[in-house]
Amino acid sequence: MTTAVTQTWYMTQRQLMVFARQPAYAVIMLVQPVVWLFLFGALFRNVVELGGFGTTSYLDYLVPGVVVMSALGSNMWAGMGTLEEIQRGTLDRFLTTPASRAALMNGNVVHNGIVTAFQSVVIVLLGLLGGADYPGGVTGVLVLVVASVLLGTVFGALSNALGMLVRERESIIGINTFLLLPLTFLSSAFMAPDQMPSWMRHIADFNPLNWAMTAGRSALSADPDPGAVLYRGGALLALAVAAVWLSIRTLRSYQRSV
Amino acid sequence: MSMSTSTSTPSRATRAPAVEARGLVKTYPGEVTALNGMDVTVEAGTVFGLLGPNGAGKSTTVKILTTLARPDSGSATVAGHDVLRHPDRVRRAIGVVAQNSGADPVATGRENLRLQGRLHGMKGTGLDRRVDELLERFTLTEAARRPVKGYSGGMRRRLDVALGLVHRPEVLFLDEPTTGLDPEARTAMWDEIGRLAGEDGLTILLTTHYLEEADRLAERVAIVDRGRVVVSGTPDALKGELRGDAVHVELRTALGEAGRTLLDGALGGLPGVHEVLCEGRRVSVRADDGAAAVPVLLGALERAGAAVATATVARPSLDDVYLRYAGRRYAEAGTGSLALAGGAR
Repeated sequence: MTTAVTQTWYMTQRQLMVFARQPAYAVIMLVQPVVWLFLFGALFRNVVELGGFGTTSYLDYLVPGVVVMSALGSNMWAGMGTLEEIQRGTLDRFLTTPASRAALMNGNVVHNGIVTAFQSVVIVLLGLLGGADYPGGVTGVLVLVVASVLLGTVFGALSNALGMLVRERESIIGINTFLLLPLTFLSSAFMAPDQMPSWMRHIADFNPLNWAMTAGRSALSADPDPGAVLYRGGALLALAVAAVWLSIRTLRSYQRSV
Repeated sequence: MSMSTSTSTPSRATRAPAVEARGLVKTYPGEVTALNGMDVTVEAGTVFGLLGPNGAGKSTTVKILTTLARPDSGSATVAGHDVLRHPDRVRRAIGVVAQNSGADPVATGRENLRLQGRLHGMKGTGLDRRVDELLERFTLTEAARRPVKGYSGGMRRRLDVALGLVHRPEVLFLDEPTTGLDPEARTAMWDEIGRLAGEDGLTILLTTHYLEEADRLAERVAIVDRGRVVVSGTPDALKGELRGDAVHVELRTALGEAGRTLLDGALGGLPGVHEVLCEGRRVSVRADDGAAAVPVLLGALERAGAAVATATVARPSLDDVYLRYAGRRYAEAGTGSLALAGGAR
């Protein structure tokens, strides 16, 4: 067991190093959130006057939405990296060592989690710079970060599974572009549920993206609802475990196909 | 066919084979039969070459022996461990240099080697010393701190081999070690593999589609065609099986039915001529005295009205062995003219 943990850390380190040595990635990763926070936020500033946002500053409302959306955006491409490792022969090289099979997959999950946490914290700080207010304090931020990491894990693991199953970049690109906008707009990212058409609100109730946003937003508010936070956090955790399990299963099916 | 060309010395015979595969069958989705009853035995401490064109089943064999793929049927042991029942034990005993070894391009050579060692459970000064030793040995010491993406093809390949050796494996698999290398880097790699052979009792199984490579490096060769071994033995014994010289004639146009009959009649009665094979514009003849057969052959072809483009006489090569046992010319089996590098000599 301990060797599996150590090996997971080796695999995590390996990927963090790639991230650290290519700072352009980190910059690109943060450009989009900045656009959403400050351009979109300024453009729709007056939308809070419609009511139902639970705050008088649209930026306060927007930060959790952008954090979660960015977690989706940075994790849903994880499969591309896995695909590259398959094509380069790296995965096969690791598979012929005695390293724990779970460590090979989990290194990726842990790495994505660390990167998502970093990205989330930076967005929260950018929001703070822009004048956002977080009455929920550090605990609230922590809940938001954990929720976005869990959501990222769900989509990162699914993306890895997809990469190993279809082994085509085009399929990952196609599915991601197909999913990104509907998932975002069928959530409370930009608009308070009270202002959404009722059918949209009902769909959003089943959208994991919305679970993470609602949990984070509640925790950041002046009077958090622990029940609602735990309920949605638990659901995200269950989904994340299921997605990681699925990605480890697809590793086995990959091995059958080589 | 009688291919009892065992060269193993008594000391080798007492050790169990390092690799033993029996009746491996593997079919990929879409009914592609990659292996169709593959048998391989590699004596410990020897270099064994699996020779065949692309798609013959060499890489699939290596994937099964290195625990990456599972056969549909058949069994295999590597270093005494069953690949299906104890893949973990096999993985500890083997080093694998695949066609794409996938060194991390962003990491340095040293970092790649260190990670590989750690995955094999090495650590501390033992690992550091081993990594330094390998960098030195594969002349990568100067490049050790540079990211692999800046390496030349030859440097990358040397790093790949070093990666396969970090944990001092008993059996090393080299899957097409020189494919894609320029001639200079290929020669250097051959020298390196030659030095590795026999060191610390290391057993090497290498696959190649270069006849010259197998001839030069391997003590024993198995020729693979369409998912099975068609013949195996030492390169010399295989070549010795072919009596005499090979005479190859290239015609300007393909020989017709009448021409063939005429040719068979003219050559059939000639003493010392063993085989006559016509394939399109190529005529191949095996004769005890190649030089003496040439005028007769050319005369017969002239009477048949076939214009001759080129005629060559060659000592037997593995290409000829391939032609004889696989029933087709090596270059036509899917690898193109590259494979003929070792043809005539």
